[in-house]
Amino acid sequence: MYIIVCGAGKVGWNLARELIDKGEEVTLIEGDRRRYLVVEQELEHAVQYGDATELWVLERAGIQRADLVIAVTGDDEDNILISQVAKEKYLVERIVARVNNPRNVDHFKLLGIHPVVSATDLILRLIEHEVPQYGLVHLLDLAEERLEIIELIVADDAVTAGKRINEVPLPDGSLIISILRGGEGFVPKSDTVIESGDEVLVVLDPGLEEEITRQFASQGAATGG
Amino acid sequence: MFVLIVGAGRVGSAVARWSLDQGNEVSVLDEDPLSQERLNRDQTTSWDDAGGMFTVGTALEVDALEAAGIERADVCIVCTDGDNTNLVVGQVAQRRVEVGRVIVRVLDPFRAEWYREQGLHTICPTQVAIEMLEEAVVSS
Repeated sequence: MYIIVCGAGKVGWNLARELIDKGEEVTLIEGDRRRYLVVEQELEHAVQYGDATELWVLERAGIQRADLVIAVTGDDEDNILISQVAKEKYLVERIVARVNNPRNVDHFKLLGIHPVVSATDLILRLIEHEVPQYGLVHLLDLAEERLEIIELIVADDAVTAGKRINEVPLPDGSLIISILRGGEGFVPKSDTVIESGDEVLVVLDPGLEEEITRQFASQGAATGG
Repeated sequence: MFVLIVGAGRVGSAVARWSLDQGNEVSVLDEDPLSQERLNRDQTTSWDDAGGMFTVGTALEVDALEAAGIERADVCIVCTDGDNTNLVVGQVAQRRVEVGRVIVRVLDPFRAEWYREQGLHTICPTQVAIEMLEEAVVSS
């Protein structure tokens, strides 16, 4: 997969590094000369100097053959422009845009830019899940409906470890939608037994995280709260 | 006619003043309160006394656009010093608020051209300068 990351701030730089480590082909674009020179010492040819909102800079980076463009500059208007141009002019199939100011989310929506994210770890998780077999793109759309999806790892001594799904006292407004075990994901049934080490995906109304986390976290840690 | 001008730099303030002199209702939005002074420069009557509106706010914030009266604007001219800001605000005015006439100043000729093709009315001073310079060379 060829990925262009626009903006080598903390998010962009770390993201590019992680993606390169995962074996992806990455070009990072940075418009600040000094910042570019710093990043270039580590990433070498994988970082290019230029304003990513300039069309020729995007073309020089090879946007025509990009599979994914990630706009993570510190300016929302720049991220909007990059995403819009990538999607509509260069027909890039997948876009991920960072929203710096949550109040600007509506602008991204209005201009058809999605998904949008606001933190590094979220972007990373998204890219992992962009692999079609997970089909999690729709799940992220739920965020717009004020639903959240969280991923939890079941601790060895969690109250839920060894229990069946229908024995887990989850609050109303939450549901276990998937379990990842040994690298494979499956949709659990009511009699599926949760094992320690399972990665559990839960969809929930905002605000229930703490209550749910308590069910899967180590009991030693849970009593602290 | 109600004219909203977003960005009161050299261009915005001059167009605002002209527009007011033409007998329009004119509202100006700029994030810098000092830019109101630019509207008053070399004028016998101040911007306020002449009937002009001035709102301090960030162009990307819908609240600021609304405070400046975008919802009743017949014309919206977007000319802040940021091309990308202008392109986003212009599209918000056109698609979300559905202002009848939206004009966006874009300095980069390539961005100006592509967004023009997408149906946004862009004006590119850089392109104008290029053409004038070329013409001046030819006719000299």
